[in-house]
Amino acid sequence: MKVTYRWLQEFTPIAVSPAELAAQLTMAGLEVESMAPVAPPFSGVVVGEVVESGRHPDAEKLSLCQVTTDGKNRLQIVCGAKNVRAGLKVAVAQVGAQLPNDVTIRRATLRGQESNGMLCSARELGLGEEHDGIMELAASLPLNQNLRDALGLDDTVLEVNATPNRGDCMSVFGIARDYAAAGARRHLKYATAPIAARQESVFPVSIESAACPLFASRVIRGVKPNAQAPAWLRERLRRVGINGISAIVDVTNYVMTELGQPMHAYDAAKLSQGIVVRMAKPKERIRLLDDKEYELDPEFLVIADSGGAVGLAGIMGGRPTAISDSTTDVLLESAHFTPDSISGRARRLGLFTDAAQRFERGVDPNLAAIAIERATALLLECIGGVPGPVQLSRFAGAAADESHWVPLRRERLTRLLGASVPDMEVHAVAAAISERVEAMSGGWRVLKPAYRFDIRIEADLIEEVARLRGFDKIAEIHAIAPQIAGASSEARVPGERLVTAMADRGYREMISYAFVDPSLQQLLFPDTPGLVLANPISADLAEMRVSLWPGLIHACRENLRRQQPRVRLFEMGNKFVQSQRAHGAELCEIDTLAGIATGARWPQQWGGISEAVDFYDVKADVVNLLSLTGEAASVRFVPDSLPILRPGRAARIYRGTTAVGWLGEMHPQIVKALNLPATAFLFELEIDPAFIAKQLKYQRISKFPSVRRDLAVVVDESVPLAVLRENVTVSASGLLSELRVFDVYRGPSIETGRKSIALGLILQDSSRTLTDVDADAVVTAVAARLRDVLRATIRDQ
Amino acid sequence: MGAAESLSALVNQALADVDASSDLGALDAVRVRLLGKKGLLTEQLKGLGALSAAERPAAGQRINDAKAAIHAALEMHRIRLEQAAMERELAKGTIDVSLPGRGQEMGSVHPVTRTRLRIEQIFGQAGFKVISGPEVEDDFHNFEALNIPKNHPARAMHDTFYFPDGRLLRTHTSPVQIRTMRAQQPPLAIIAPGRVYRIDSDMTHTPMFHQVEGMVIGEGISFANLKAMLHGFVEQFFERPLGMRLRPSYFPFTEPSAEADIECVFCDGRGCRVCKHTGWLEILGCGMIHPNVLNAAGIDAEIWQGYAFGMGIDRVAMLRYGVDDLRLFFENDLQFLKQFP
Repeated sequence: MKVTYRWLQEFTPIAVSPAELAAQLTMAGLEVESMAPVAPPFSGVVVGEVVESGRHPDAEKLSLCQVTTDGKNRLQIVCGAKNVRAGLKVAVAQVGAQLPNDVTIRRATLRGQESNGMLCSARELGLGEEHDGIMELAASLPLNQNLRDALGLDDTVLEVNATPNRGDCMSVFGIARDYAAAGARRHLKYATAPIAARQESVFPVSIESAACPLFASRVIRGVKPNAQAPAWLRERLRRVGINGISAIVDVTNYVMTELGQPMHAYDAAKLSQGIVVRMAKPKERIRLLDDKEYELDPEFLVIADSGGAVGLAGIMGGRPTAISDSTTDVLLESAHFTPDSISGRARRLGLFTDAAQRFERGVDPNLAAIAIERATALLLECIGGVPGPVQLSRFAGAAADESHWVPLRRERLTRLLGASVPDMEVHAVAAAISERVEAMSGGWRVLKPAYRFDIRIEADLIEEVARLRGFDKIAEIHAIAPQIAGASSEARVPGERLVTAMADRGYREMISYAFVDPSLQQLLFPDTPGLVLANPISADLAEMRVSLWPGLIHACRENLRRQQPRVRLFEMGNKFVQSQRAHGAELCEIDTLAGIATGARWPQQWGGISEAVDFYDVKADVVNLLSLTGEAASVRFVPDSLPILRPGRAARIYRGTTAVGWLGEMHPQIVKALNLPATAFLFELEIDPAFIAKQLKYQRISKFPSVRRDLAVVVDESVPLAVLRENVTVSASGLLSELRVFDVYRGPSIETGRKSIALGLILQDSSRTLTDVDADAVVTAVAARLRDVLRATIRDQ
Repeated sequence: MGAAESLSALVNQALADVDASSDLGALDAVRVRLLGKKGLLTEQLKGLGALSAAERPAAGQRINDAKAAIHAALEMHRIRLEQAAMERELAKGTIDVSLPGRGQEMGSVHPVTRTRLRIEQIFGQAGFKVISGPEVEDDFHNFEALNIPKNHPARAMHDTFYFPDGRLLRTHTSPVQIRTMRAQQPPLAIIAPGRVYRIDSDMTHTPMFHQVEGMVIGEGISFANLKAMLHGFVEQFFERPLGMRLRPSYFPFTEPSAEADIECVFCDGRGCRVCKHTGWLEILGCGMIHPNVLNAAGIDAEIWQGYAFGMGIDRVAMLRYGVDDLRLFFENDLQFLKQFP
């Protein structure tokens, strides 16, 4: 909320500059978000009076005025405003005056008439946007007074952002009270003299809900209809960002701003007797001041008369009973509503009102009776009227007002803050916020101040001591922690290792939103329902990803659009998969590593052939990554299918018998649907099964040399390498230490439907040197098995 | 001319011939002509027999010296020629060392990951364990257990994404505090980095962002300890001495609560556009864990106390690397990613 420096000064002395005040408030937890002077700098402007005003002889739209600033001498001033008239108090910029925007007032001749100064509009002085005419000053202002003093323009507006627990600081007085407690350790109290009744009319109020412990009301008869509040009051409201509406509404707004008590004024003539504070009926309807109709339910508290709800308690008044231009009799409401009964309600209706904001944070229950006196005094001052008695209606079932004492133990204070605070200081702080502080063994007990909804337990008081003294008073101390051995597990590949390994293989890590475009996800995963958000930020971020691929594909496509022809990206993060269980769908967040590659295999470079990346390039990346587990040998790629992947070029990745991921080429139809310039290769690994690591164990290195034998095997196209490998291994009598594939050939010399695979068999024994005879025996055995089992032919070496 | 003079002339001539040889072939011809089976010096040696026994040793010595001199000259010149030949050969093989190398290029690690790893290291070295929690949360862990009941005004600070069944995307990493406290007894020191979600989008807000939660519980873990740890962290993170201040604030799950500001890293606290001329940058929220939160999690608040904090990882990454638009982190433009090896 906005307050002004001078308004605060009415309640407590402030010896520091506005900037220093702002810094002090901020460091006491009342963050000052912005600060602005009420008026820009100007000088040489004083209060004057128009003595005579006549038409300029040679200009229809100009007036020729005689103005006095001292009651004796007259100045001739030419003025262009329509509202200039004799008797008006005006702001006179004298010759030599410095106005905003670098304007200097000089003696001038306008259409042949001398002008010795200028009568100013609010806009010319930087006081507002009004430019209907010159400023009309209050008749009571003394002549020749500097305008800055006359209007209190040397003032600063501070925008204070009170945290949601500090309802007590949503008023000028509340902020002054906290400032006085922080700086001077003074406990400010607000006092106002009661206004005696001069007539007897009342609206009896019955209260049916504990949500309204107190309802103060007062009838004021015979107010001036359609009156304006005095200029000083409207100016104050303007400075804190509230527009003037009518005297009555302005006064209630003023009291709310000053004291923090939201009030409401009804046109008493439009109100019938039988006022009741009750919960709304189901589907009860009400038309509020914003002229919109709302449907309520029994969660809402309303003020009703015999004709139905006339106001939404603590949020907004009703339209039909509102103050109008013809109102002469007013019923003032100043009630206390409990935070629980108001909080969240305005938001449910899409409303955001000053009243609701205060009630849901907590308004001092004692304030209602004080505020109604303050409002009465202001109303009588502004627009007259005859006040009736203040009627204090209480909820009959209200619990007796229990005093709530909060303990404050010295030991707890010291231990929690890590600083010892002298007893005198603790007492001074407690006494600055509460009327009663009592010493007890080991500390104090403090009576909970009624205006502080944030003080309930000891920790809250410790916070007050720390806050009001200043957090900077607490020195930094390093904690002494027990030395407990940390952890460093080899049971899985560390995430950091995965990230760096991917980066080292030329992939760039990306991070995308966990919610994706449902239409893209449905195109890619038509069979996998995603978890849908009830309130997405936009339609294209509405569904939780069931795979990291939608985000990768989106980012890949965006980069291709930005003229990056070669893209290699990876991401690590959760995918959100719903699996059907006996008791219903269960959501699993699965930590996943996924990647995409498209474009050239290598970055464009000289002296090489530019080839497109293919399945086997990405497979190498995946296998190398999985080899970090120490168990590369257990990794298998098994043909499988997914709608997103091209049939025949898709593999399920297994470690042993556990499926850990997918690798494949994007389906050409999806490439086309997404309008991609080239195909892309995708992989995805679920971190948990994929990267469980094997406990490493050293294998003795054979001291004996290895022997290599190469074999070109021609087999049917349908025979996968995995099967070939299996058969070679089985028939190599335990001597095969490595099997290399160094060529796959199809061509004129090979029958159609067959392929030639060149194998390099590395043979080694751990206990002796293999002879040619040993090696030849292995080759013979392998060749025989391949012939028998796989119909293989062995080509001549 | 005596025999000695003529030998000397022969040697001089021979040395001149060696020097004049421009390749190994010519050099060999010189050798054969002088030292070959029928070479000039070989012939002279053969002529020794004609001399008297008294003359023979001196003459023999002269001839052998001449032979040695010529031999040495031949050998030296051979080496010289071979070296020159090698140099010519090497010169032919000169390559342009400024041409680029070939092969795969390095990829990159996302700046948010890079920052998260540094945070994990700085706290890890101080004894914090790194843990994680679910992103799809329930109302209890995200709000209720953190002392934020329904209708609490603090909920307005969290624009929450909901699912139709009432679950939600966590709005902060604080639910991990609850899960940790309910799973294990103090003493505890953890950090929990992760993704969090709020309905918000502009230059400094994205609907998904990253936070790191920190929590320490012990018998005497104090506000003074919190200050020291955070200040130490920011100085390590920014690798320089840096002022820090705690400002009173409000979070329902801590009491006292504070916002931590650091001296603006762009203007050294003098005031600039980034710090809105305050000289300070807000980087995290923190406080002493609220007794209600401890008690609700089954930890006796009379015995145990501790601090907690929540910091925006993206926020400190922006400050560290001078990124002025949060959205850049999630647009994944290669030209952006390439800048973070």
